[in-house]
Amino acid sequence: MARTKRARVALAGYLFLLPNLLGFLAFTLIPVAVSLGLSFFEWDLFSGPKFVGFHNFSALAHDHDFWRYAFNTVFLMLMIPVNILGSLFLAMVMNQKLRGIVVFRTIYFLPTIVMGVGTYLLWRWIYNPDYGPINAILAHWLPRWLNDGIGRLGVEWPPQWLASVTWAKPALMFMTFWTVVGGYNMILFLAALQGVSPELYEAADIDGANEWQKFRAITWPLVSPTTFFVFTMSLIGGLQGGFDQAYVMTRGGPAGATTTISYDIYNHAFAWNHMGYAAAMAWVLFTAVFAVTMVNWRFGGRIVHY
Amino acid sequence: MKKFFTYVVLGCVGLFMLFPFLWMFSTSVKPAGDVFKSVDSPLKALVPGEVQWGNYGKVYDATQGMGGGFARWYLNSVLVAVVVTLGQVTTSACAAYAFSRLQFPGRDKLFLGYLGTMMIPGAVTMIPNFILMRKITGWLTVAAPFVNWDAPRVIYLFGRTYDVGRLVGLDSYFALIVPVMFSAYGTFMLRQFFMSIPRDLEEAATIDGCGLFRIFTNIILPLSKPALATLGIFTFLGNWQSFYWPLVMLTQDSMKTLPLGLLSFMGLYSTQWTLLMAGSMMMILPMIVVFVIGQKWFISGIQMGALKG
Repeated sequence: MARTKRARVALAGYLFLLPNLLGFLAFTLIPVAVSLGLSFFEWDLFSGPKFVGFHNFSALAHDHDFWRYAFNTVFLMLMIPVNILGSLFLAMVMNQKLRGIVVFRTIYFLPTIVMGVGTYLLWRWIYNPDYGPINAILAHWLPRWLNDGIGRLGVEWPPQWLASVTWAKPALMFMTFWTVVGGYNMILFLAALQGVSPELYEAADIDGANEWQKFRAITWPLVSPTTFFVFTMSLIGGLQGGFDQAYVMTRGGPAGATTTISYDIYNHAFAWNHMGYAAAMAWVLFTAVFAVTMVNWRFGGRIVHY
Repeated sequence: MKKFFTYVVLGCVGLFMLFPFLWMFSTSVKPAGDVFKSVDSPLKALVPGEVQWGNYGKVYDATQGMGGGFARWYLNSVLVAVVVTLGQVTTSACAAYAFSRLQFPGRDKLFLGYLGTMMIPGAVTMIPNFILMRKITGWLTVAAPFVNWDAPRVIYLFGRTYDVGRLVGLDSYFALIVPVMFSAYGTFMLRQFFMSIPRDLEEAATIDGCGLFRIFTNIILPLSKPALATLGIFTFLGNWQSFYWPLVMLTQDSMKTLPLGLLSFMGLYSTQWTLLMAGSMMMILPMIVVFVIGQKWFISGIQMGALKG
């Protein structure tokens, strides 16, 4: 009696799982395996695939362009600590009993929600060196001696933003800051802050602590699990990112200044049909992501205070 | 006093967040020539001299020749996003129910497999999926030659013919919808949620003779409305602005979704910023609406996902 019931439950389990499982196999699991195999071949989709062993990987190691794009990727990720601290700061400001907090929360979240081709076009327009508001603000709100002085220092001024090898990446980084600072991370920090018992702050007040001391001794350690989580997620996202912005705003230029690893994979796979090489690059990227995840898993316990 | 200061800070940050949107809206209603004047004062430039709502209509006209234009792209985006959202929530909920409540051999190992793939960058699976879509019409033509798999289909509606792309393969609704519909994230999130539902209700129902399917539909699903809504909103928003996937899968103008269509539009009319901003606004507005309506669930969903994950 029990055996048939178990069998019926098991059958039900498989049936419930089936649609999702089929899709998962067809579009995720099997592609992962195929992609790994593909990285050992050369294939342009017209002639047959050609086995080349580890050639793709060794070529990658010597590919100057790839390492340049890896540098770009990491450079763009330098904004992550700023973004995270900004989100934490905003969360701390918002963590007070104020009326209309939901309105602010909604407004701050909007950039994250609408991020996409629409906002990338918008920022492309905003960064227009001649007619955009940013250069207008710099020209009219900075004192003249500053404007002249920066130019004389040899820095490109006024910055040509997306058309400039020097300023393209900072432009993208600032746009990313605007997009994410009020978004997911801020919400997570808010939740973490709301878990901090107010008695701790009261005790600190009694001891005569100032704001900075309270932050360092109470707030920072107690939100450290969230900080760590958010930092790891940002690293993982940052390694894989940069494609959409680059494609819409700069096409990876000028002169490859905004090409990230992800964009390079796209070019090799879909612009130049180097299927095997692109697959190899994608797996190298995965290795980096995996490494970050492992480090998180290992050292997370040590850095985080409870 | 501190409260006043806090409001000032919050307000300034709010303006920082809103300024680009204001700039976008302002540009979208200006006459075309007005945006090409050197900006003396950014605040003054925000206010349009003359409001031209007609720009929004012009976006549709200007793109008419591009396989049906903006209207068609909008339709494609809505169709794809809605079907993907419904499909993903349904299949993820069923799978999550299986993983959380039903025992079957291999269950936990399989779930671990799901978890493992969540770590894999999209770029890895993108390439084989593209190859699959590219080659599948060829394979199907060999396997089932009585159907013309390569030719785009047309449908007749209200006296006009509409190109609806292939049945499968590149430039098909299938490619835009089906591979995207299955996500390990959705299954994972819902499984975690289902596991937090107390079992007493199900046990009572089982005693009353309720089958597994009825338990799923009458107990688990109603109790999971917040989680389902959250997943639905995440999926819809993510799909609405999805760019990489359609970019790889589509070449035909008539099949494009809004992000791609906007980009094509920019390619042809690269200096018509007023129209481009109008088009962007039309793409962004549904996202804002969906978010504002569902933000309660959305916010709690983020926190839930992070805490339980």
